[in-house]
Amino acid sequence: MSESRFRRMNDLPSTHLLGAGTAMCAGCGGLQAVQEIYDVLGEKTVFVNAAGCMTLLSTYPFTPFRGSWLYTAMACAPAGAQGVRDALDLLIAKKRLPPEEDLDVVVLSGDGAAYGMGLSSTSAAIDRGLDFLYLCYDNEGYGNTGQQASAATPHAAATAGCGARAGHAGQKKDLFAIWAANRPSYVATAIGAEPLDLARKIEKARSLRGPRLILVLAPCPTGWDFDPAEMVEIGRLAVATGVWPLKEWEAGRVVHTKVRRPRLPVEEYLRRQGRFRHLFEPVRNEAALAEIQAGVDAYWAGVS
Amino acid sequence: MSRLLLTGNAAAAWGARLAQVDYVPAFPITPQTEIIETLGRWIDAGELAARLVLLESEHSMVTAAAAAAATGVRAFTATSSQGLLYAMEMIFTVPGWRAPFVLVNVSRGLATPITLEPDHSDVLAARDSGFLQLHCATSQEVLDSVLIAHRWTEDPRVRLPAIVNLDGFHLSFTREPVELPDAAAAARFLPPFDPENVRFRASRPVSQAVAVLGGGPYSYFRYEIHRAAESALAVYDEVAGAFASACGRLWPAVETHRAEDAEVVFFLIGSFATKARDAVDRLRAAGVPVGLVRPRLLRPYPVEAIRRALRGKRAVAVVDQNLSMGKGGVLHAELASALYGEPDAPRVLASFIGGLGGRDIALEEFREMAQIAARAAADGRSPAPRLLYTEGELREVRKLQGIAQAERDDLARGGSEP
Repeated sequence: MSESRFRRMNDLPSTHLLGAGTAMCAGCGGLQAVQEIYDVLGEKTVFVNAAGCMTLLSTYPFTPFRGSWLYTAMACAPAGAQGVRDALDLLIAKKRLPPEEDLDVVVLSGDGAAYGMGLSSTSAAIDRGLDFLYLCYDNEGYGNTGQQASAATPHAAATAGCGARAGHAGQKKDLFAIWAANRPSYVATAIGAEPLDLARKIEKARSLRGPRLILVLAPCPTGWDFDPAEMVEIGRLAVATGVWPLKEWEAGRVVHTKVRRPRLPVEEYLRRQGRFRHLFEPVRNEAALAEIQAGVDAYWAGVS
Repeated sequence: MSRLLLTGNAAAAWGARLAQVDYVPAFPITPQTEIIETLGRWIDAGELAARLVLLESEHSMVTAAAAAAATGVRAFTATSSQGLLYAMEMIFTVPGWRAPFVLVNVSRGLATPITLEPDHSDVLAARDSGFLQLHCATSQEVLDSVLIAHRWTEDPRVRLPAIVNLDGFHLSFTREPVELPDAAAAARFLPPFDPENVRFRASRPVSQAVAVLGGGPYSYFRYEIHRAAESALAVYDEVAGAFASACGRLWPAVETHRAEDAEVVFFLIGSFATKARDAVDRLRAAGVPVGLVRPRLLRPYPVEAIRRALRGKRAVAVVDQNLSMGKGGVLHAELASALYGEPDAPRVLASFIGGLGGRDIALEEFREMAQIAARAAADGRSPAPRLLYTEGELREVRKLQGIAQAERDDLARGGSEP
């Protein structure tokens, strides 16, 4: 990434393209990321949206986007992207649209669609080599409906509909690995709290063609139960504790773009969030905390 | 203009070819697959300048078709039965995008039990979606209707997608003589798609299919779709007239056969109309005053044309190749709502459920339906709905049940040596 135009924080755009005053919650980590991403992607884009929190970004007659938008449904945003991409290609090839009218096609989806209901259409779009950017804001649950567990919910997190005492029994699905196994053009994790890293990855993704995933962890005040003012801090802690590795995959190789040594204990991240409070109160659940820490340590032990 | 022997499926493919479609998102399903295979072959051979993309489901296929149409290309797709139902969320979603495209549905019965054979349960499930519906009886009509549907859906007063329906097996796999409109005439009839302001491009950003808050805007936009579908009725007549001038065949919204002086009228859609016409001619030869009324349009529902065609008749025998569980035939209920309170409406609407899952409707059954309807008219009371089903058929099912029971008993005894 040495050739990046984003070498330090000062290189990031100082004004934002995305309009303010949306229906997103205060302190939405997903919106923070989308705002940073949109600055780099620009307005020659069409965002093809899957049902989720961000469907309410464009609510008649308002939109924060200067470019275009198409809402589809929960399962099929990649298929919508396919139709738009193919149509633009056809129109340009048949000289019915000047090439300067072309758009980058961006799927915008939450983890509910990206890890679950929309995984089939996503996988198939990768199979077809669709030229699109898939942007997932991962707030680790069905946030729009009150934070039920999704396939992205981390182990032990309390969610709506599963007992707070035990927390989520399952493990967070590795969407990064699923994408990488399909051999797309590019896969990266990111987070709004690390804007320089995020901007570089968007810049990189933009320079490539084919299926590309940007998977951003989206700290969620309502779903994770923390004060909206702490969103950036919690995002930083997700990285500093190693819970959310920042990495990219390209041509079969995984590169970690930010490796912190030593890592902070995962506790520092967990204790700030109400969804993990049952691990600390009324008594510390040492076994569960140790298990989570061990999981993170095991991951990083495999990182050279 | 040349004459070919074409299956209903091949005729649908020819319609798309002559419409010079740009984009064909596809997913295979019996009995539709021949349509997309035929188009794929032509595209590979360079005979059709289109792109065919195989999606992973009908849900995605309909999404891609509508998204491409919303970007400004002419899109065509096809499905059947379970496929149409798998796509149903998007079938109801995309009409509101006001992006016109044509979907051919090759009708097939729905599970359970799963079957490959035809009836109209699939397409009628899409009845309230906002898709317009054209129902065909012959291969010629399929080809012409695909052309007509493209121009019709693209009309600025309409801008809704349409389903062109044909019956699986009965029509999809039956070869009939078809006159092929020549390409120049087809192109004159159907000019290139003008997406106007509804499309994605860099210089004119648009937000499509956005959310609304509250019932006010929601009702407004939903009613607007309804109004567009209603105005599609008059537009259809114009388009059908233009097609008749260009290609020489007139396809009215409602087809009638010897209905003018009939006392009892058969009322049905789809390819059984061919048998119904034959039945009408034979019954007429025997002195029975029957006729046929066949709506080609089901959405928009051509209420006035249907009322006109049925005015003064004594009875209507409505043949439904579908079954709304707990209610009965869909065509019957719709017809009743169109005729209720009308002066000179038929006194009796006799409801018959027939042709489910590929079951034939025999000439003898048309004769009997006419008799039942006539008798009911004399009594002045609509008879109870009937399922067309013979004692022989019931005996066959009893036999199958007997075999199933014997096998089960055998297993219970520990099985026998093969």
